[in-house]
Amino acid sequence: MQEIEKKEHKPLIVAFCCNWCSYAGADLAGSSRLSYPANVKIIRVPCSCRVNPIFILKAFQRGADGVILCGCHPGDCHYSTGNFHTRRRMGILFSLLNYFGIEKERTRIEWVSAAEGQKFSLVMNDFAKTICSLGENRRLEDLRCKKN
Amino acid sequence: MQRIGVFICHCGTNIAATVDVERVTEAVKKEPYVVFAQNYQYMCSENGQQLIKTAIRENKLTGVVVCSCSPRMHEATFRKTAEEAGLNPYLVEIANIREQCSWIHKDIEEATEKAIVLARTAIAKLTLNKPLIAGETGVTKRALIIGGGIAGIQAALDIADAGYEVDIVEKRPTIGGRMAQLDKTFPTLDCAACILTPKMVDCAQNEKINMFTYSEIEEVKGFVGNFKVKIRKKARYVDEKKCTGCGVCMANCPSKKGLNEFNMDLNNRPAIYIPFAQAIPNVAVIDPEQCLKLKTGKCGLCQMKCGAGAIDYTQKDEIVEREYGAIVVATGFRPIKLDNFNEYGYADNKDVITSLELERLMNAAGPTKGTLLRPSDLTHPKVITFIQCVGSRDVSGCGKPYCSKICCMYTAKHAMLIREKYPDTEVHVFYIDVRTPGKNYDEFYRRAVEQYNVDYIKGMVGKVYNENGKLMVQGSNLLDNEQITIPSDLVVLATAIEPDPSVRDIATKLTISIDTNNFLTEAHAKLKPVECATAGVFLAGVCQGPKDVPETVSQASAAASKVIGLLAKDKLKGNPCVSHCDENTCIGCSQCEQVCPYGAITYEEKEFRIGGGKTEKRRVACVNPAVCQGCGACTVTCPSGAMDIHGFSFEQINKEIEAICKR
Amino acid sequence: MVNKNELENINRISGTDVKKCMKCGKCSGRCPAFTEMDIKPHQFVSYLAQGKLDKLLNSKAIWNCLSCMACVERCPRGVAPANVIEAVRDTVARMQGKDGISANDIPPIVEELLPQQLLVSAFRKYKK
Repeated sequence: MQEIEKKEHKPLIVAFCCNWCSYAGADLAGSSRLSYPANVKIIRVPCSCRVNPIFILKAFQRGADGVILCGCHPGDCHYSTGNFHTRRRMGILFSLLNYFGIEKERTRIEWVSAAEGQKFSLVMNDFAKTICSLGENRRLEDLRCKKN
Repeated sequence: MQRIGVFICHCGTNIAATVDVERVTEAVKKEPYVVFAQNYQYMCSENGQQLIKTAIRENKLTGVVVCSCSPRMHEATFRKTAEEAGLNPYLVEIANIREQCSWIHKDIEEATEKAIVLARTAIAKLTLNKPLIAGETGVTKRALIIGGGIAGIQAALDIADAGYEVDIVEKRPTIGGRMAQLDKTFPTLDCAACILTPKMVDCAQNEKINMFTYSEIEEVKGFVGNFKVKIRKKARYVDEKKCTGCGVCMANCPSKKGLNEFNMDLNNRPAIYIPFAQAIPNVAVIDPEQCLKLKTGKCGLCQMKCGAGAIDYTQKDEIVEREYGAIVVATGFRPIKLDNFNEYGYADNKDVITSLELERLMNAAGPTKGTLLRPSDLTHPKVITFIQCVGSRDVSGCGKPYCSKICCMYTAKHAMLIREKYPDTEVHVFYIDVRTPGKNYDEFYRRAVEQYNVDYIKGMVGKVYNENGKLMVQGSNLLDNEQITIPSDLVVLATAIEPDPSVRDIATKLTISIDTNNFLTEAHAKLKPVECATAGVFLAGVCQGPKDVPETVSQASAAASKVIGLLAKDKLKGNPCVSHCDENTCIGCSQCEQVCPYGAITYEEKEFRIGGGKTEKRRVACVNPAVCQGCGACTVTCPSGAMDIHGFSFEQINKEIEAICKR
Repeated sequence: MVNKNELENINRISGTDVKKCMKCGKCSGRCPAFTEMDIKPHQFVSYLAQGKLDKLLNSKAIWNCLSCMACVERCPRGVAPANVIEAVRDTVARMQGKDGISANDIPPIVEELLPQQLLVSAFRKYKK
């Protein structure tokens, strides 16, 4: 029984989307009925620079298999410079993740504008595919967070 | 003890068809603090909202989660509902189970599971929500319009009419824009100048309207109601107040090699010039690239001849700083460059022209004084071939993927005007589709075919080449399954239009979003077509998407009415979801001050009690909530964790992650 | 009778999406061999989109196409009519011994003065 469950493991993906571009892009993907896997769950943040690296670590700890961060295109940030901070911070975080042994591919930054519903859906499909091929994230998960 | 109510919307069948709303209702009832859960067909309807209000009152709810469409759609609606029932509006959270769930998933099981998780996440976040009170800011009762074409002019007149001050910033020396270059306008064929120039004069005479021509936007700071804009007034080398527009300088200028931009470079103009006779302001400008005095120091003829003493070679660019409550972007368009379309021979043959060039050739104020003469030898063309969709609907990468919308109509107009003025001319039009939606538009096109005998050929041109002075237009006639070659005297290309390249820079300065074709993105494709995601910025004209004159005017008026609505308010409610500093943990490192894009954070010396009756003075960060826009850059930068943001706090996002990851 | 395999094969070899065609006719407008062809370049695309396999396989035009790729170059939608024609030509050539054409029968159909299309088109298509 457990084995079947393992086989059907559906990766859990947390997506942080900035309110102005990517969240609107996700809405556009929705209103254009462009599907992406249901295991992608979106958290709305005012700007990609609101995403504390701790949030990403927390997600991995709680059993997320992949974390994707979406913001406005560099230069188009609603708050002028927010995504530049994000880019630098995440660059450092992602290389640290590699050091812990979490595959770098489990994290990603994508720039999705409010007009790019199609890109949003493509990115999410592609990311979900990558995460599926990487399998379950066991490196940082906190066993207390799992059932039994 | 919190008491949370959850409301699940069916959205007709939009949600209910793929999400089992009953199951979601049952599931959320098991969540901590949830004391009430209900589903209803349309939560946003009058009845739905009433339902929420009643539930808040009867169950003494301390928080509300609405599982419905995107918060970008109805968050404001439900916040207002809560407020009306006596609940702080920021104790409402939305779970987006339409755009991000029911619309993209087909499997009911999967979608329902996801909806439950999303609802759970919203509930988890809500448990940490705090009642917030929005601050208020004043509104500067003045509007800025970027671009002085027909869109900008119309918006300015409408706003000024309502009694507010308006500034128009136009990068060219005169307002009027593209419409001033047109000869006639479809579908009624009245002359563009006759309907546009009176509006331009109105702008000049209206005391509420202030024009900055030959000026560009240098910097934009601030936010809705309180924009601070730096405008660069480029040096004209002519004193605007003294110049009378007599034109003596133009007649005496020895440098006459400058290309006349207004006539699409079809003829030359002097180095000192007034773009066209009806220019507003009717003031000369010196082209520093061409002026001998500015280039070599030797000349000064215009200064000698100017009776008004308006010429000033020492003039420098000037920066003006102004404050505005709202901004309208109306930067307009230009025809695309045809470098990628060698097959039409535009670069090699003078007689292959764009439609905008033809417009100038047919205009009474144009280089040929309104007589249609072909550019190469100034003879009357006898056979004219129009080619449609040059660069439009092109996904090969050479052109633009969209339909430029105006070409079908202006080609019909050109064909008709030519056939009327020169009945001995043969006119052919190669088309892929003729698209003429609009009042009296299709009738107009049919008139070109039926009344004026314009030869419409379904097919596309593959090659234009010069053979013994004739332009051979080789194309297909799909309906007859033939390949035909038409020896023509003049070939007119219906060139695709693209947003004026200056729009990129303006979008960056205003932090408004732009799509892959450089069109500005409106806040909602259907319901907010003139608003931007950035509050206080509105769109008018082709900068938002291809449009003809009537549509541009309607959008400009729509934008103006939005601006008036904004300026009419004395106070604007701010966004209370802003940063705040925990002064007890702040270590005074100044890092937040450095990352803040708005300068909302300052440092102050404050006295703190440290026990034992003693106090100490420490430097701590202070956030000005009226200036903070709530991006959150400081919260992540802060090494001590003193900075946090209302509405998206560290704890709240952590709770959301926990809720999502709970399996 | 539509043979699905053959159609899929032609689609696959051509490597082009005929659904992208917006029926502008620019391919036929530019084709230098237009008058020699019984089926015109735009018709190849249209027939393939509609699944009219018989018309494609029986066309004489596949031997008149110069494989100059002008139609590919000009197409605003990124459709490649010449690749479709080549795919049909390949398919006919490969059907050798069945309903198709045998190698010996090809020379009389092909005009002496023209270069060998199969060779030329292969060079052009695979040169990159």
